Amino acid sequence: MAAVLEIRNLHVSVDGNPILKGVDLTVGQGETHALMGPNGSGKSTLAYTLMGHPSYEVTDGQITFDGIDLLELEADERSRLGLFLAFQYPVAISGVTLANCLRHAVNSRRKANNPDDRGMPIPEFRRMLKEKMDFLQMNHDFAGRYLNEGFSGGEKKRAEILQMAALEPKIAVLDETDSGLDIDALRIVSEGVNKLSGPTLGVLVITHYQRILNYIKPSHVHIMLNGQIVEEGGPDLALHLEEHGYDWLRERESGVVAA
Amino acid sequence: MSDGTKQLEGLKDSYAEKYGFNVPENYTFRARKGLDRDIVQEISWMKGEPDWMREFRLKSLESFLKKPMPTWGADLSGIDFDDIYYFVRATDKGVANWDEVPAEIKETFDKLGIPEAERHFLAGSGAQFESESVYHKIREDLTRQGVIFLSMDDGLKEHPDLVKQYFGTVISYADNKFSALNSAVWSGGSFIYVPPGVHVELPLQAYFRINTQNMGQFERTLIIVDEGAFVHYLEGCTAPIYSSDSLHSAVVEIIIRPGARCRYSTIQNWSNNVYNLVTKRAIAYRDATMEWVDGNIGSKLTMKYPAVYLKEPGAHGEVLSIAFAGKGQIQDAGGKIIHGAPHTTSKITSKSISMHGGQASYRGLIKVRKGAHHSKSNVVCDALLLDDLSRSDTYPVIEIDEQDVTIGHEASVSKVGEDQLFYLMSRGLSAEQANALVINGFIEPLVRELPMEYALELNRLIQIQMEGSIG
Repeated sequence: MAAVLEIRNLHVSVDGNPILKGVDLTVGQGETHALMGPNGSGKSTLAYTLMGHPSYEVTDGQITFDGIDLLELEADERSRLGLFLAFQYPVAISGVTLANCLRHAVNSRRKANNPDDRGMPIPEFRRMLKEKMDFLQMNHDFAGRYLNEGFSGGEKKRAEILQMAALEPKIAVLDETDSGLDIDALRIVSEGVNKLSGPTLGVLVITHYQRILNYIKPSHVHIMLNGQIVEEGGPDLALHLEEHGYDWLRERESGVVAA
Repeated sequence: MSDGTKQLEGLKDSYAEKYGFNVPENYTFRARKGLDRDIVQEISWMKGEPDWMREFRLKSLESFLKKPMPTWGADLSGIDFDDIYYFVRATDKGVANWDEVPAEIKETFDKLGIPEAERHFLAGSGAQFESESVYHKIREDLTRQGVIFLSMDDGLKEHPDLVKQYFGTVISYADNKFSALNSAVWSGGSFIYVPPGVHVELPLQAYFRINTQNMGQFERTLIIVDEGAFVHYLEGCTAPIYSSDSLHSAVVEIIIRPGARCRYSTIQNWSNNVYNLVTKRAIAYRDATMEWVDGNIGSKLTMKYPAVYLKEPGAHGEVLSIAFAGKGQIQDAGGKIIHGAPHTTSKITSKSISMHGGQASYRGLIKVRKGAHHSKSNVVCDALLLDDLSRSDTYPVIEIDEQDVTIGHEASVSKVGEDQLFYLMSRGLSAEQANALVINGFIEPLVRELPMEYALELNRLIQIQMEGSIG
C-alpha cells in the first residue's frame, strides 16, 4: 500500500506566535506536490514541523504518516519511518564526512528494523554510495568531505539530494531547494530529484518561485498565505502565479477577512 | 576514524566497570601519611640513592614548604597534604617479563589491556603501580642500537652521570609548588635516551596506575633525544574510584638535540577523585621539533600546560590539547611556548568539550624574547559546550619583545546547536548518536594525530563520558 502523509487542521506556533493557522494537505507516494507562497507565509515552518524540530510547537491538528501519529515521534523516528527533509540551509558538521554521516543514518534504519543488525558491511556501503553518486553525476570525492563544511550553495543542495537518494524515503520534503542556485545548479539538482521520482517516492517541493517547476513537474500545486493554504490546483496554477504574482490572492484573502 | 566510531556504538560499559576496580592493597612497604624530612630521607634510603639526589630532594622539600599554594587558577584548597601516602612500594623489584609481575598487579594490567598493547603496536612498554615501576621492557633491536628505556629509578642507578647532567635542568625544583613537591618525593616514571640518528618507529608507552586510597603518585620522566633522532612516547593512566581524593603530580623534562624530534602523547583518564597537577617542559635546540599531544579526559581537577622552550634557530614546538570536562570536573589545560631564538615556529591547538556542569579552560602563553625575530606562532582554541550548565574559559597570554614576528590567535566557543542535532536526527540518528558524532567531528583533527589504538581509546573514553548524557 502506498504511504500517505496527511496533515489535518495543523496549527503551529514559534515562540508563542501562531504561524500556521489550520493547514490541510495530503501527499501520497508517487505524487509530486508543489507548495508555493511568498516569504513569511509559513512554508518552511511546515517543513520543520513535519520533520519534528523542537522549536515548532503544534497547538492543534494532526500529522499522520501511514496512519501513524507523527506528532508523538522524534525527528529520528520520523526519518526512519520514511520521511525526508532536504534543508533550505543544510547545517555544517565539522570533522564528520558526508559518508560517515550517511553510514550512521543507513545503519540506524537497519537497526530500527532489526535490533541485532550489525550494520551494513563497509564494502557494501561504499558500493551503494558510489552507485548513488554516479546516478546523480557527483564526484566521488564528495563523500569524503566534511558535511556541508565549505560547500558551495549548489554543492549543499546536491549533498541533500544524495542523502535522499541513499536513504530512499517514501515522502520527501524539499524546502526551497532552488534558493541560492544558479540555473545550471538548479537544473542538475532538479534532474537528480526527477531521477529519484517514481511510484515509490512522494515529493513536496516548497518554493517561492515557479522556476524550479520548469524542471520538476508537480501534479498538484498548493498556495500558502499567512499560514493557510488558500488556493489549490494543477500545474497551471503555478504558471498563473508566475504571471500575476501573489497580490490577487492577498487582495482576495483580505477581502474575505474584511467581509 | 569512522570505523572506530562504529565500534563504539552500543558500547555500554562505564568507567566504574572498566577502570574503576581495585585490587587488595598489598604492598611491601608504605611510608606513613604526611610529608616531612624523615619521609623524604626514607624514600631516598629505600631506593639506595646517591647523596646528591637525597640533597636535591631535601632542598626541594624546603622549597615546597615555603611556596604558597597557587591561587591564580582552579581551587586547590581541597588538597590535604597531610592525608596522603607519598610512597607505596607494591613489589620489591621491577621486571622485564610480564609473567614475573606479581599476580594481583598483573591482573590489573591485564584488565587494562597493557601487555596486549605491547605485543601489538609498541616498541617498548612500562607499567607503574603506585609509586614504582613494576615492569619495563624495550625491543632488543632498539637496545642494540643504544636506545635506553628504563624506569627513572633504574635510570639513576644504571646511568648516574647522564641523569645527574640533565635531571632538574629543564624544570627547576623551584619552578612551582608542585614541581618542588615532585622533586622532593619523586618515584618511578621513565628515563629515555635515543642516540644520534636513531628513529624509534613504534611508540614507547608507559602506563600509570594508582590503586591505594589517598595515594600520591609523583612520577618523574626525563627524555633525551640526541641529534637527528626520533621518539614517540605515549602515556596512559587510570585509578579506582574512591570517595577520598588522590594526588598525581608528575614532572616531565625533555631535551631535544639539534635536528631531533620528540612526540609525547598523553591520554589522561584518572578517576574523578584525582587531583592531577603536572609540570611538563621540553627544550628544543637548532631545527629540533617537540610535539605535545595532550588528552585530558579524567581527573577531578587537572592543571597542565605542556611547555616548549625554543632555544635555537629553526626549532619548532607544537601543543595539541584536548580536554573533556564532565560532571564535577575542572580541566584547566593549555600550553606554553617560549621563542628564545630567531626563526622559531610554534602552534597551539586547543579543543575543549564541557558538559553536565563541567568546566574547561584554555590557559596559554606565547612569549617571544628579544632577539627572536622572524618567529611565527599560531594559537587556535575551540570550545564546545553541550549544555547551559557547563562553562568554558580562555586565558591566552601573549608577550612579545621583538618587532618582526608573526603571531595569530583565534578562539571560538560553540554550542552543539539544536540545529546540528536536528539535522542529524532528521537523517535517522538518535539524539545520543548525533551528539557523539558532533563531538567526534570536533576532536577529529586531533584524534587523527594519534596512533590508531590511542585514537580508538580516546573515542571510547569520550563515549563512556557521554553515556546517559541525553534524556
